[in-house]
Amino acid sequence: MKRFLLPLIIFLVMVGFLAVGLHLDPREVPSPLVGKPAPAFDLPLLDQPEKTFSPKQMLGQVWLLNVWASWCVACREEHPLLVALSKAKLVPLYGMDYKDTRAEAQQWLNEGGNPYEANAMDIDGRVGIDYGVYGVPETYVIDKSGMIVYKQIGPITEQVLSNKIMPLVERLQAQ
Amino acid sequence: MKLNLLVRFMIGFFLLQSVLASAEEARPLQANVVVEAQVQRLSEELRCLVCQNQTIADSHAELAQDLKQEIREMAAKGMSDQAIIDYLVARYGDFVRYRPPLKASTLLLWLGPFALMLAGAIGLVVMLRRREKMVADKPLTAVEARKVRELLDKDS
Repeated sequence: MKRFLLPLIIFLVMVGFLAVGLHLDPREVPSPLVGKPAPAFDLPLLDQPEKTFSPKQMLGQVWLLNVWASWCVACREEHPLLVALSKAKLVPLYGMDYKDTRAEAQQWLNEGGNPYEANAMDIDGRVGIDYGVYGVPETYVIDKSGMIVYKQIGPITEQVLSNKIMPLVERLQAQ
Repeated sequence: MKLNLLVRFMIGFFLLQSVLASAEEARPLQANVVVEAQVQRLSEELRCLVCQNQTIADSHAELAQDLKQEIREMAAKGMSDQAIIDYLVARYGDFVRYRPPLKASTLLLWLGPFALMLAGAIGLVVMLRRREKMVADKPLTAVEARKVRELLDKDS
């Protein structure tokens, strides 16, 4: 009996590691930007290129910055959720259109609905680099002082929205 | 000889075309050998976050190209390797480095393989010792000795 005990223990430990590993997402890289001020930018708006959007304008409010693009497949997944979120009017949602063209972005918003208060155009992806963007969609929760509190990499799911993002937003708004 | 003229014109046109085509391939920024060497060196140290098991140098992902361009511009400004790596780590975290720094959160990563090897070596030594004890010579009892002799005799 005893001689089977050691292999069994090793086996169980390995199963434990593998089981945990199965549920980890290697694409989810912890962002060093969480807890830091949102990088400043001044980008032209999608609808009014002569006007610009800057995170400074949002000081004093809790808001979401959603990085998206018309060429991004996973963005289609989360889009209906964003539209629903904007209808609920719980938190202002701003978009950053990443490495995209105006015409395609506008067409996409006409088709799927426009959940954004405004969209900043990051055509060459420079600001995206400042925000550590590597896989659209990405969503940042930014607090009243302009600090990044949470970063969602990949599409927002209903679960993430109701379990993580909304409770966080409510807490930050109460501050 | 109208035809002749046309042929000559065409040849001239194609020659010009090829000159223009090859002129496009040379990029002005790459003229700077020192900067290019730095870009190459750094992009081999940095991970492409889109295709995570490739360096920026190997990757053709758009983000990798962008980052290479960003590095090239920083290098052209005369920033040191360390300053450029710090710039990227501030945005993408330690994960962007192919050789993560030794610190509390990466301790297991750095020491894990050695710890595993040590555990293996200890296990091996323990096992060998135990086996040695198992086959250690034990004097045969008189009965056993007779049995052995009988068996050996039967065989020959």
